[in-house]
Amino acid sequence: MGKKIIELKNIYKRFGDFTAIDGINLYINEGEFLTLLGPSGCGKTTTLRIIGGFEQPDEGDVLFEGVRINDVPAHKRPLNTVFQKYALFPHLTVGENVAFGPTIRKISPDIIQKDVKKYLEIVNLEGYEDRDVSTLSGGQQQRVAIARALINKPRVLLLDEPLGALDLKLRKDMQDELKTMHKDVGITFIYVTHDQEEALTLSDTVVVMNNGKILQIGTPVDIYNEPNNAFVAYFIGESNIIHNSRMVKDKLVNIDGVDFNCVDSGFGQNAAVDVVVRPEDVILVPPDKAELKGVVTLVTFKGVHYEIWVEGPTFEWKVHSTIPQNIGDELGITVDPYNIHVMKHEPLEIPSAETAVEV
Amino acid sequence: MSKRRFSFPYLIWMTIFIVVPLFLIFFYAFTDNTSGKTLFTLEHVKAIFQPLYLKVIGRSFYMSLIATLVCFVMGYPAAMILASKDFSQKNTMLILIVLPMWMNFLLRTYSWLSLLENEGLINRFLASIGLGQVQLMYNNFAVILGMVYNFLPFMILPIYSVLVKIDKSVVEAAKDLGANGARVFLRIIFPLSMPGVVSGITMTFMPALSTFVISRLLSGGKITLIGNIIEQQFTITGDWGLGSALSLLLMLLIFISMIFINKYGDESVGAGGLL
Repeated sequence: MGKKIIELKNIYKRFGDFTAIDGINLYINEGEFLTLLGPSGCGKTTTLRIIGGFEQPDEGDVLFEGVRINDVPAHKRPLNTVFQKYALFPHLTVGENVAFGPTIRKISPDIIQKDVKKYLEIVNLEGYEDRDVSTLSGGQQQRVAIARALINKPRVLLLDEPLGALDLKLRKDMQDELKTMHKDVGITFIYVTHDQEEALTLSDTVVVMNNGKILQIGTPVDIYNEPNNAFVAYFIGESNIIHNSRMVKDKLVNIDGVDFNCVDSGFGQNAAVDVVVRPEDVILVPPDKAELKGVVTLVTFKGVHYEIWVEGPTFEWKVHSTIPQNIGDELGITVDPYNIHVMKHEPLEIPSAETAVEV
Repeated sequence: MSKRRFSFPYLIWMTIFIVVPLFLIFFYAFTDNTSGKTLFTLEHVKAIFQPLYLKVIGRSFYMSLIATLVCFVMGYPAAMILASKDFSQKNTMLILIVLPMWMNFLLRTYSWLSLLENEGLINRFLASIGLGQVQLMYNNFAVILGMVYNFLPFMILPIYSVLVKIDKSVVEAAKDLGANGARVFLRIIFPLSMPGVVSGITMTFMPALSTFVISRLLSGGKITLIGNIIEQQFTITGDWGLGSALSLLLMLLIFISMIFINKYGDESVGAGGLL
């Protein structure tokens, strides 16, 4: 991956009493697909708007290839944005919308016409030049918005929850298209979403944000398998977060009253810790095969797997398994050491159900 | 079914106050009963085409066009200021714009008399600082001023209501694509505000074209507009036939103007700006 193309240094942004961005440091490499992920109100869109030039940071610097661009207005930045609600120009046709940027830059009409055709092809809308934008479906409008941005050959494309308004099936198709487009055009993508699955599917790098702060930066695999703290674990995928856990000693952690072998160390003896175990990593065994025992309270068929809730001594475990269980049965619970994620204990600020559950 | 029932009172209203009067105007314009019998005639319509009336119609068009233009030039920036989200005095300004409309139309036109007349406030002020008297009344200036003053809110409000509804993200998208402030205005904001401009022009031009109170009061009867001629036919000369024929002509002219304005408005929206 290339050099740093955009860098945010110690950015703060307040709206009245509300601190939208609380000291962010971040860099984006050239050609990268980076996603800002977090619940609504976490500051991800504000971060994107600061990069795009639509908001000014109260403190801190925005650098483009090492040059400070805080004072460069939006229309002079070599970036283009795909807005959440497409923001197509309703009085112009599809072709005129796509041609808007090049027309402003006084490019010759022949070239514009060729480019419009080319970029409408990239977004699978060949032949739509003369259509009225209001006659297009949501997915088509979104693709016009993407073509309108890409035709300017921006160094960086900013995408603000571009698929948020689309239905599930269309969103999946558009995700694939975006990923292909990113590969084909080789532009840096900065993508904002609250949808963890979308972030994991599309990105090279995921930046998890909450309350205006960056909680973790990493590859999708890192973020999923090695969450830094309970919030990241909570927000990304499903998880069992056991708060009342205790590090007995290095590589031995007490979870739900039972000692488990783990691979983490360095927390100190008898330190209070949070433990995260993914539901698919919990193994159910006959009760005599494990020290930790629980009773099945609920079994739900989810298609690929069963979701099974098992009541342990102090914690109710969520388990994903392809084998169904009977409610009321006693079972043993085991977890492989490398699937136990131990993290420093901190109070969990659970976002509202709406933002956390939305997929 | 139930919707049709609710529309019934409106149908009666429109029949009594719109359809019947219109029919009467047609009736008077095309009939003659000087011989005691009511006969069909084209005399009134022919009478319209006198040089005097055509000249008055021309003058009416000219003055209401100027008044509309002044209203537009003054009203558009005002609407933009009102619609900008940083403007904290928005409600105060809106009330100030609408406030004159709470007063009687005649009263607010009369009040200009006391300002503009030879012994009026403005001339007394000019005299007090050693400048001579200026003829402010009894001319085109005074009549156009009266039109602008009375009809300016009808230009500002429709434009304002369209401007506030323009999606801010559309403006940001234009900036994002490289358009500076002037380009954003010419290519995005102005074309998108055309529906407001069209209805603003309609709502100022129509009453300006048919007014007779403003011209009579502020020109002291020296400047005759088509509205004055029509009024005279009904109140002074009693020639209802000619008055009705002139009214029909005025309606036709307004109708044609509206078609023209609406067509032009639609086209400029479709073409998307000037640059």
